[in-house]
Order: sequence, then C-alpha cells, then structure tokens
Amino acid sequence: MRRGGKRIPMEDTVSTNPTVAAPVPTGEQFVEMQHSPQFQELKSRLRRFVFPMTAFFLVWYAVYVLLGAFADGFMAIKVWGDINVGLILGLLQFITTFVITGLYVRFANRQLDPRAEALRNEMEGATL
Amino acid sequence: MKTLDLAATVGSPVVNISIFVAFVAVTMYIVIRASKNNNSAADFFTGGRGFSGPQNGIAIAGDYLSAASFLGIAGAIAVYGYDGFLYSIGFLVAWLVALLLVAELLRNTGKFTMADVLSFRLKQRPVRLAAAISTLAVSLFYLLAQMAGAGGLVALLLDIDSRLGQSIVIAVVGALMIVYVLVGGMKGTTWVQIIKAVLLISGAAIMTFIVLAKFGMNLSSILGSAQDAIAGSADEQVAARDVLAPGAQYGGSLESKINFLSLAIALVLGTAGLPHVLMRFYTVPTAKEARKSVVWAIALIGAFYLFTLILGYGAAALVGPDKILAAAGGQNAAAPLLAFELGGVVLLGVISAVAFATILAVVAGLAITASASFAHDIYASVIKRNKVSEDDQVRVSRYTVVVLGVLGIVLGILANGQNIAFLVALAFAIAAAANLPTIVYSLYWKRFNTRGALWSMYGGLISTIVLIVFSPAVSGSASSMIPGADFAWFPLANPGIVSIPLAFVLGIIGTLTSPSDTGDVERSAEMEVRSLTGIGAEKAVQH
Repeated sequence: MRRGGKRIPMEDTVSTNPTVAAPVPTGEQFVEMQHSPQFQELKSRLRRFVFPMTAFFLVWYAVYVLLGAFADGFMAIKVWGDINVGLILGLLQFITTFVITGLYVRFANRQLDPRAEALRNEMEGATL
Repeated sequence: MKTLDLAATVGSPVVNISIFVAFVAVTMYIVIRASKNNNSAADFFTGGRGFSGPQNGIAIAGDYLSAASFLGIAGAIAVYGYDGFLYSIGFLVAWLVALLLVAELLRNTGKFTMADVLSFRLKQRPVRLAAAISTLAVSLFYLLAQMAGAGGLVALLLDIDSRLGQSIVIAVVGALMIVYVLVGGMKGTTWVQIIKAVLLISGAAIMTFIVLAKFGMNLSSILGSAQDAIAGSADEQVAARDVLAPGAQYGGSLESKINFLSLAIALVLGTAGLPHVLMRFYTVPTAKEARKSVVWAIALIGAFYLFTLILGYGAAALVGPDKILAAAGGQNAAAPLLAFELGGVVLLGVISAVAFATILAVVAGLAITASASFAHDIYASVIKRNKVSEDDQVRVSRYTVVVLGVLGIVLGILANGQNIAFLVALAFAIAAAANLPTIVYSLYWKRFNTRGALWSMYGGLISTIVLIVFSPAVSGSASSMIPGADFAWFPLANPGIVSIPLAFVLGIIGTLTSPSDTGDVERSAEMEVRSLTGIGAEKAVQH
C-alpha cells in the first residue's frame, strides 16, 4: 500500500513552505511554468469542466430542495403505486451524483492526468 | 428529558456491552500493531500518507457517517418520512463539491492541515491563526454533539438510566478516544474508521435486505405499509402526517421552510470545509488516490443513505411510530428497535455496538484533526514562528489530545440530555461559512489576498455563532438549549442562509478594498502549478 517517492521528506525543521527537501523548482521556474501554454491548457480544461458541472449540480439540488419546501403537492403526486414524484426526484439526485462522479473520473483520467504528469516530469526532470 | 424515560429498553445489555467490548479489543490490537512504525510527524498526522484511495475512501465514510446520520436519519424517516430523506441527500450531494473543487488540489498543496493550503500564498501567521481557530471551533462543536449523544445512546442500548451511569460511559468514550489517538496517531485512527465503516455499512445492508425480503422486494409496498402504520398512530398529530411527501417536519410556516433551506445550504456546502474530512486527503500518497478516495466515499455514503431510506420506512412499518416514540431515545431508537424486530437480541447487539463504535471513531478523527491544527498551525507557526521541530509538534499535539479529551468529557456530561441536534448543523454551517469561501478563493481566484481571507473567515465564523446564540435553538422556545430565557431575535435555528453568502461576499470586499496587496507572484505561481500538477507534493513516508 505504500508508494514511494524518490525523495525523503525533511524531518528536522518546520518549513513555512510545505515542500520537501530535495531540489525544489525555484520561484522563477514556477512562474515560467505557470505562463507556459501547456499549463494554461491544463488549467483551462480543468476549469471548463468543473465550473459548469458544479453550477449544474448546485442548481439541480437547489431546484429539488425548493420543490421539497414549497411544492409539497407536486412532490406528493403518485406515479406508480406509493412511489411519488418526490421519491423519484430524490433518487434522481443520487443517480446524478453517481453519474457526475463517474464523468469526472473519466475526464480526469483521460484529460488531466496525462497533462499533469507530462508537466511534472518536465519540471522535476529539469531540477533533479 | 427523553433519556430518562424509563420506557422499555429492549434486548440484552450484556450482549450489547460484550459486542462493544469485543470491538474495542480488536481495534485496540490493530491500532497498537499499526502504530509500530509511527516515527515521524508525517506518520502521526497523516499515517505516513501510505493509505490507498479505497482504504481512505472507506475511512472517510467511517468519519462521515456519525451516529447522527445513522440513528438520526433512519429515525427521522421513520417518524417524519420524506423530510429525513431530504436531509440525507444534502449530505451526499455535498461530496461533489469536495470531489470537483477541493480534494485533489488540496492534497497537492498542503502538508498536515487545512491551514497549510489557505495560508500558502497569503500572510502566514494571521491566516493560519484564523484557519486554526475555525478548525478548532468546528471540531469542538462536532465533538460535543457526539459526546453528548453518547449519553442518550447509553440509555437506549445499555439500559443505563442514571445520570451518573451515563456520565461514566461518556468518560469511557472520551478516555478510549484519547488512547486511540495517542497510541495510533492518524494510522490507528484510520484503521478504527475503516473497521467501523465496514461493520456499519454491512450491518445496514443486511437489515435492508431483510426488510426488502419481508415486503417481497417491493418498495411501493414498504412505503404503503409505513404510511398505514403512521396513520394508525394513537397520537393524532403523528397520524395526520403524510410521510411519503415533504413537509411533515419542515413544512408549515414560511419561517420553518426558510429554516429548512438554510440547513440545506449548510449541508451541501459544509462538507468540503470540514477540517477532519479535509485532513483525510493527506493520508494518501497522490492526488489521484485522493480522487479515488472521494469516489469510494461517494459510493459508500450514497449506498448507505439508500439503506437508511428503506430502514426508516421499514421501522415505521414494522415497529410502528408509537413504539419508537415511546422508547428511551425517542426517534433515535428506530434503527435499534428495527434490528431487534428483525434479528432479535444478537442483531440488536451488533447494531448497538456499531452505533457506539461510530461515536468512538468519529471523536477520534475530530481529536486528531483539532490537535494537529493546534500543534502545527498555532503552536509551531504562530507562537514559535516555525522554530520548532516536527517531533515537538507531535508532542504538543499529544498534549492537546488529552486536553481535548478531558474537555470533551466534561462538556459532554454537562450537555447530556440537552437538545444537541443543532450542534452538528452548527458545525456544518461554520465549515461552510468560515472555511469553504477561503478554500475556493485561494485555489481559484488569483487576486484573492490576506484581507479577503481574514474578513471571510472571521466574518463567517463570528456571524454564524452570533446568529445561533440569538436563535430559537438557544433561547425563546420550548425545545431551546436554555428554555427559561428568551433573548432570541434571529428567527432561524440554522444561520447558514445568512452567514454563508455573507462570508463569500466579505472575501470579495476584503480583497477589493486592499488592492495594494497583490501577494507574492512567485508564491502564487508555485501554488497554482503545484495544485494542478502535483509537483513537489508531499510524498509517502518510506519505512
């Protein structure tokens, strides 16, 4: 279960900078990386996925909660046996949560991880 | 007082206690074994960052599914129906905030505590202090709710009705918590959470299956029987409830509906700001494992809340509302009574022991978080200005655990029997108001600066506490904490609808009114690059 880094964390002092001891990229290198097109691409891909998705599930949750508070009658409409609209919408909240989780994981594995790893290798390779 | 109600305790206290003692013995053995390799601060505070994503995900579920969400939600569904279900949905959807916005970037940037991330590119000491104060406040309220809840649980499960007996049990819970954390550190605590989560979720799964089997796997028929049982209640108020639609608990006046919305906001935004949940992301080696942890947590927590839906309605149908409300512990007794109905003394014993284990595991997780924050943020950074070794931080953290444990025992005994349900909601409201805005701004908003962080954190913390003090939760109504007094002027027991937006706005105003503080360009670049790529992220400890 342990997965090792090549470097041993510094144990003796507290650092205000919570990085590890081995060669750490300099501030200039970080600024340079931040401005590189590859990094900007990673950043915008992440944001273009998570911001709209967050907005979507928060709005959908808000709609559900508002219906629960102010539209009891609508929620009580029976659809099948004793299963009503409220229960179905509630279960749909579970389903959308699971689906969004799955979509994000697929997106992160395919779109984010390879890009992040490439940048990491580039930068750590440069300083080691 | 509900807990002193002498009405029927069911099952065998001896069996309940034996199963609980067995749980303590097994976990203690594992904690001692797991702690053999605890050498460094990273071992003590993060379990050496050596847990896998699935392991951590199970532990997160163990941390999150407190006795309140097991006994509380199942009970609320049994007695109020749909409104209890609404409550659990907020707790679940909240995890998407953690998954999409917080978990991975936090893992990449921080070391031991939430404050590591918040103070990364801002002025260290003031921001760390604010983050630590808010961490301690959230942890203390949450801890207090769990400890006081233990008293009520004892009355129900162990047949201990005397105030003294309950106080002793609260003291035992506190003492066990201290031992777990001192001996096992984060590694031991994590194993306690994992074992507890497996027991709790499989116990609930078995009960759910039996209930479904009794109704021919027909959900509609469970719902129908539950509504019939409610309608047959001797209590007219209960009998009049429509438990299949919303409104039985939070319906009625506009005020009560807005109060419910306020609670819903705090639930959905609070989770990703709970310090003891955030700290769990440091126990895994990489951001990818942090992502896996949340996926596992969402799957387990989601499944668990679906089980509680069946268990709640099942308890209404099979046990009946009158028997539940007459039991010691009131609606919290729904799940244990259902266990007794389904599987007799043994199943009740298992479920009771699991409920206890739940309290134990949750308080241990809170204690290590609060003590890490005190040692790492306040003692090392603010007081000693970083001139202490990490070993010293661990030492201070250990003292803090003892102090917290004793404080928790004393406050828990004092609060025993009080209306403490609002304490958990308060902890979520503070987490959402004081922590989440600053977490999100510091990860995603370049201009965000120190004043913005301080205004948002202190503004969120103070407004939440002030509003709750002057709310009907504390005074002015029959169910208040201080029933005799009336100094309430804020109409809602849940302050989130005011304090959370206020904290978000204060963060913006604070930042925009201090345009000269543009921060350190290199530090900001470092934070952004690290958070997204994992460069320089803390590595797992090698033994």
